[in-house]
Amino acid sequence: MAHQTRPTRRSRRLVLGAALAASALVVAACGGGGDDGDSNDPGLTEDSIKIGGHFPLTGVAAPGYSEIPLGHKAYYDFVNANGGVGGRDIEFIAKDDGYNPAKTSEVVNELVLKDEVFAIVAGLGTPTHQAVTNFLNAEGVPDLTVSSGSLLWDDPEELPMTFGWQPDYESEGKVIGQYIAENMPDAKVGVFGQDDELGEDGTRGLKQFVEDQIVAEVKYVPGNTDVGPQIAELQKSGADVVVGFNVPSYTALSQLVSMKLNYKPTWFYTNVGSDSGLVGSLLEEFSQGAIKGTSPLAGVYTTTYMPQASEPDNEWTKLWQKVWDEYGDGSPLTNYKVYGMSQAFTLVDAMNRAGDDLSRESIVETFEKDGSELSGPNYVPFRYSEDRHAGIGGLKLVEIQADGTTADKTPVLQTDVGDAPIEEFTGDVGTPPESGIPGGE
Amino acid sequence: MSTDNTTTKRLLDLNLTRNLLISLAVLVLGVLLLESTDRYTNTQLSSLTYYAIAAIGLTALTGLNGQISLGHGALMAVGAYTTALMLDTETPLPFPVVALAAVVVTSVVGFVVGIGAARLHGPYLAGATLALAVALPSVALYFKGTFNGEVGLTVASPRPPEWFVSFIDAVSGEFATSSKYVAYLGLFCLIVALFFALNLRRSKIGRHWRAVRDQEVAAEIAGINLGRTRVQAFVISAAYAGLAGAVMAVVVRLAAPSAFTIVLSLSLLTAAVIGGLGSITGAFIGAAVLVFLPPWVTSLSTGSGLSDTQAAQMSPLIYGIVLVLVMLLAPGGVMGTVTTAWRRARLRRLHPATPTQKG
Repeated sequence: MAHQTRPTRRSRRLVLGAALAASALVVAACGGGGDDGDSNDPGLTEDSIKIGGHFPLTGVAAPGYSEIPLGHKAYYDFVNANGGVGGRDIEFIAKDDGYNPAKTSEVVNELVLKDEVFAIVAGLGTPTHQAVTNFLNAEGVPDLTVSSGSLLWDDPEELPMTFGWQPDYESEGKVIGQYIAENMPDAKVGVFGQDDELGEDGTRGLKQFVEDQIVAEVKYVPGNTDVGPQIAELQKSGADVVVGFNVPSYTALSQLVSMKLNYKPTWFYTNVGSDSGLVGSLLEEFSQGAIKGTSPLAGVYTTTYMPQASEPDNEWTKLWQKVWDEYGDGSPLTNYKVYGMSQAFTLVDAMNRAGDDLSRESIVETFEKDGSELSGPNYVPFRYSEDRHAGIGGLKLVEIQADGTTADKTPVLQTDVGDAPIEEFTGDVGTPPESGIPGGE
Repeated sequence: MSTDNTTTKRLLDLNLTRNLLISLAVLVLGVLLLESTDRYTNTQLSSLTYYAIAAIGLTALTGLNGQISLGHGALMAVGAYTTALMLDTETPLPFPVVALAAVVVTSVVGFVVGIGAARLHGPYLAGATLALAVALPSVALYFKGTFNGEVGLTVASPRPPEWFVSFIDAVSGEFATSSKYVAYLGLFCLIVALFFALNLRRSKIGRHWRAVRDQEVAAEIAGINLGRTRVQAFVISAAYAGLAGAVMAVVVRLAAPSAFTIVLSLSLLTAAVIGGLGSITGAFIGAAVLVFLPPWVTSLSTGSGLSDTQAAQMSPLIYGIVLVLVMLLAPGGVMGTVTTAWRRARLRRLHPATPTQKG
């Protein structure tokens, strides 16, 4: 193994070195970088760190997702008010790409070349973010905690600056598959999947455990809001358990159509598609007020990988609530804001760990070296290392209750892609520090 | 007879020389712009080139021939996917060859659509091309093996050849990055597109297009084949969209369905309308508005204390207001208004004594 990894590691260092050298050259050539900080990297000054990300702030993907940058902003404001990162204030810029890759490329150019951010954080979406990974890596810009569960970000060879964040869809599919195989061995399983890597990776994981039980597999194309034929096919196949690998609006649509067809299987939705607050409001909108609240999702199974907004007694949620009350815009705390704050927490931890030597190179090194020790609300540690750039390494299966809260159906499980085993995670989940800000020690 | 021939020949030459000079002037201006601005403006100018190419093609179709198309975004997708597929090899062909192939493939698609479109008018044609804009991106989802579905195909940026590196070094003393090379590729394609469009407008073909637009019956009596002219216009316009798609693929570095939604088709049309239908200068202005207005509005809004989300919502709002204002106050678009004003001024200068005659 060691023989195999050494040359690749060296070549990766070369790529990284070349990228940094190239970016240094560019900065020097442009006459930029007159900063007074210890490092000459763009976006860093003695008293500030400028970071940015791309999100759908307008358009069809905006509901829910546009709240993620709000969470980031609130948490950074909280950190800044308490001394910042080593005396530096964090300046966070969210740019709108409308979930359009051509637009992503434009706004990331703006962030990197005009605003001169130190790093891109939490860039949202698979096709959108894929449009900029090559550019960011060629420029030597750290590309941290991508907001997508695709496996594409875990590629240290080609993309040394890019790091994922949430559990990948394949691992999620595996956990759901194992639960069904163990607890519902006689169930006929139907698959309702988005026709992209969300559906594909997820189904691949699921099939490792319930390939024989699957009686129907249907797909939908995002943008086409008529899922009647797909649901009817699932109903016809006699599936009594349906696993949905889809986004929130299609959770609402599939629920609505099933109600119309009087089809009542046991539903599983992945974490991405199961935000009960958002799905509830979408259902209310789609049904023109006929369905209210989150009760339609009662009895639905899903997964979680960190505490939710619906767990007010959890120490982490208490922290998020406190930060949001102080620095938010007065709207209620949602899971998307929690998602943003959780990413921000880990990023602040990494920046604190890099300390006074903070630079584009050192932040990437911190992610690779400290990897699993980076703190955050996630139940299972990150998988970051020199050879892996994958995010959170596990999750647990839960059932949504009538009041929108969740009940655990499995312990916290640790797993990975491929034939990695699913094991109970016995490590310490951890609580936030007293100050609410990771110390970095 | 012989004198007649030489006059037409000289006229043609004059025309060619004039168009060549205009194209060269734009080329020089382009190089100056690219070399005197920062890297971010460079990337904006790269985007400007593909919007401008597509807008020129669309303004020719709508302005000169009177056909409307809401499907040019989809035609750009054809060009972009062709480019992405052809560049995805160990030793890709040079970009001009790839771009030419994209133009040919898109023209073929344009021909097929054009045959149908030639029989349709006004809202029916808009509807048919709208269907194209909606349907074509789904092809990428259906043939997933080739086009990689929703995620799309990543495009390897062409590497700058050595002569280019030394050229940039000589011009500005800077190191030529791949994004700079891409900007120059875009500029090169734009100049070629511009030169052809200038010639087209003043040629027999251009006159035929206008004749068909203004008076179908008269044009037919004059011996112009209506159907053939319309198909021809659609194919040439599609070729422009194909070239624009090729440039877009290397600028964005990705060909994915979500980049070619109906929104792209509509913004191309609004660019042509804002600039002034039928005007090539107008196409440039419209493309510039598309590229420079949204980031300008966003940064202005953020600067005046709006949150990121509010600032993001401002830019489509302002764009819409600009469009409505242009429609209300300057229905001929920017160039239409400028030309009318100039003509009026000239008329007044030539006939200063009879100002009321016009009314």
